[in-house]
Amino acid sequence: MINQTWQIRRREANISSTLLIRGGRVIDPANNFDGAADVLVIDGKIAAVKPDIKFSADYEYNAAGKIVTPGLIDMHVHFREPGQEAKEDFLSGAKAAVAGGFTTVATMPNTSPVVDNAALVRSMVKRAEEVGLINIKIIGAVTKGQQGQELAEMRDMIAAGAVAFSDDGHFDDNAKIFLNALDYLHDTGKLIVCHEEETSLVKGGVMNEGKRSALLGLKGRPTVAEDIAVARDVLLAEYTGGRVHIAHISSARAVEIVRDAKKRGIKVTAEVTPQHLTMTEDLVNPTDASTKINPPLRTQKDCDACLAGLLDGTIDALVTDHSPHAVEEKDREYIYAPSGFPGLETSVGILFTELYHKGKIDLKTLISKMTAEPAKIFGLDAGTLSIDAPADITIIDPEFVWTVDAKNFYTKGSHSPFVGRELKGRAVATIVRGNLMKLNQ
Amino acid sequence: MLGKNVTAMKNFSAEEIRLVLNTARKMKQIIRGGEKKLPNLRGKAIVNLFYEPSTRTRTSFELAGKYLGADVVSINSGTSSIVKGESLRDTLRTIEAMGVDAIVMRHKAEGAADFATQVVKPVIINAGDGAHAHPSQALLDLFTIEQHKGRLAGLKVAIVGDILHSRVARSDVYAMTKMGIEVHFAGPKTLLPRFFEFDGVTIHEDIETAIENADVINVLRIQLERQQAGLFPSTREYARVFGINDDRLRLAKDDVLILHPGPQNKGLEISSNVTYCERSAIHDQVQNGVAVRMALLDLTLNTGV
Repeated sequence: MINQTWQIRRREANISSTLLIRGGRVIDPANNFDGAADVLVIDGKIAAVKPDIKFSADYEYNAAGKIVTPGLIDMHVHFREPGQEAKEDFLSGAKAAVAGGFTTVATMPNTSPVVDNAALVRSMVKRAEEVGLINIKIIGAVTKGQQGQELAEMRDMIAAGAVAFSDDGHFDDNAKIFLNALDYLHDTGKLIVCHEEETSLVKGGVMNEGKRSALLGLKGRPTVAEDIAVARDVLLAEYTGGRVHIAHISSARAVEIVRDAKKRGIKVTAEVTPQHLTMTEDLVNPTDASTKINPPLRTQKDCDACLAGLLDGTIDALVTDHSPHAVEEKDREYIYAPSGFPGLETSVGILFTELYHKGKIDLKTLISKMTAEPAKIFGLDAGTLSIDAPADITIIDPEFVWTVDAKNFYTKGSHSPFVGRELKGRAVATIVRGNLMKLNQ
Repeated sequence: MLGKNVTAMKNFSAEEIRLVLNTARKMKQIIRGGEKKLPNLRGKAIVNLFYEPSTRTRTSFELAGKYLGADVVSINSGTSSIVKGESLRDTLRTIEAMGVDAIVMRHKAEGAADFATQVVKPVIINAGDGAHAHPSQALLDLFTIEQHKGRLAGLKVAIVGDILHSRVARSDVYAMTKMGIEVHFAGPKTLLPRFFEFDGVTIHEDIETAIENADVINVLRIQLERQQAGLFPSTREYARVFGINDDRLRLAKDDVLILHPGPQNKGLEISSNVTYCERSAIHDQVQNGVAVRMALLDLTLNTGV
């Protein structure tokens, strides 16, 4: 078992220091690089990436046998601030990110109150700086209160630092408002992250509508609800020229719709989670709400389609949809428990175990979907080991065997369907702006 | 079966079902006899924990326990700490701490009874969990059919109405197919579960083909809120197209047996004539329910003191 003595230092990046990561296999998809190299960090920036760097650094990290990548990016997390700190807060969420190898995340605005105005965005940006462990980006709401009725002041939020917009948690049924949002954002280049489940078709549903829900008597959330929503938003993106980003895609048919849309040149991008790639409705057991998520776990056919989409470029990014809840909220009847589970600390382990070690994906593609591609979609100064880039770096031990135990989580969330799984592969060091955030060997 | 949790018919073997039915037969004689107080469960305590309203199931479990000599307490969610927001886990643990031997529970949430088996040690008997399972109902359906038909294997049973929301249908299907019964589901497609696949079960979108030559028709209750949810346009049209009435009954075998888990909506899913006709066993089902529940409690709790 892993030794839980991680050092998480809160230190600003501008303190002069040098760090040399020696002997690793560097995979930097943004620069199309995959090979043995050392990485030198000076003053929080990448100074050199090449073999056998001769430099006497303040600190050397021996990365022999490990993979050195740009700091991982997760553009879909719920850190629950403001208002839902029993579930998670920026500090616990940031620690979970560090533990999972993530250096940049973006938080969803479905908080209490909803992050739907510039004042809140500013205070969240400030809060992110205070916590300081990682880069926390703020996603603002598309509509006031995420109610889908009136546009939120998105341009003010952009000025305050919002990186994208989303009414995540539910679908905006009002097509006219959604069309207006795309038009209104058009010249800003900002995108809308869309939760794609048509509301009336998933009302009361708690799992995929399929063979298992039919037998269990649990209300279903059909794939067609997602397919309809994706199709509508893709058509509105085409019509307006706006940018739509499909959140946590999970249905095979929806993947086809996105593939077709990309062929037509529509500005659509998509993300998928480890759970939707690797788990099915067969795991749903109504005595344990760990598996309850929206959109729900689907079927093997859907998992396979998501993987195919990831490999052929239909799906651009991997995200966790890290959605922790308080223990007592999840420890109850399946139909009453809230949807979502924490994913930051298990993502690398699951993706390496289920995809990389099973030969289903190559490392460069996998890392690219967690670094270069999300950085490009969201326009972030991250996801690359280019010279002078911020020194956000993740070191992964692909052979590290460990067992997921909620007791070791840094997140406040506890219920994860991955608990108890033996995994192979793990982030062993997370470096943010040149600071080694975690020593774990 | 001592100590067995009765949460779903899925977890019963054909042998166990046979044992329950044989025991129920003896229990029925006791109910019909004069002295309805056995010593079998003397010293045992049973709590009825009902989160949903119920007349026949709760009363029948309560009497079943009392006829067998157990102490039975019924808790109604409306008048307990549940309204103060106590979690299911804590309520179950509280009841367990008082030293009970069995908890009979009804709950709106599918899986609630199985959840209870993971939380506390007393025997859990599921008296209905959402649309998931209602095992004692399935057993009393089988018992009633066998009493009237003298056998189970080879019979054709049509279960008609709101299959989608029915825990009775989901329990019958396991219990009946295990005993060699051929099951036919029928109802408007809006009330049939999509993707339902089960060996030995055929799904029909019209009532007529399902009840053709049926030995038994089990008519499920139609809840009126289903109309408000847009699942069918009117009770009038439902009764005309899908209701079980004298005309439709002619399609079934002459000696067809009519079941209904109750309570009935007369003139909607079933006509008054059919309810009270000589082929209807709806009234018998109630008494058989007590016998079957006595059998379940005796088999799971009687340590033979």
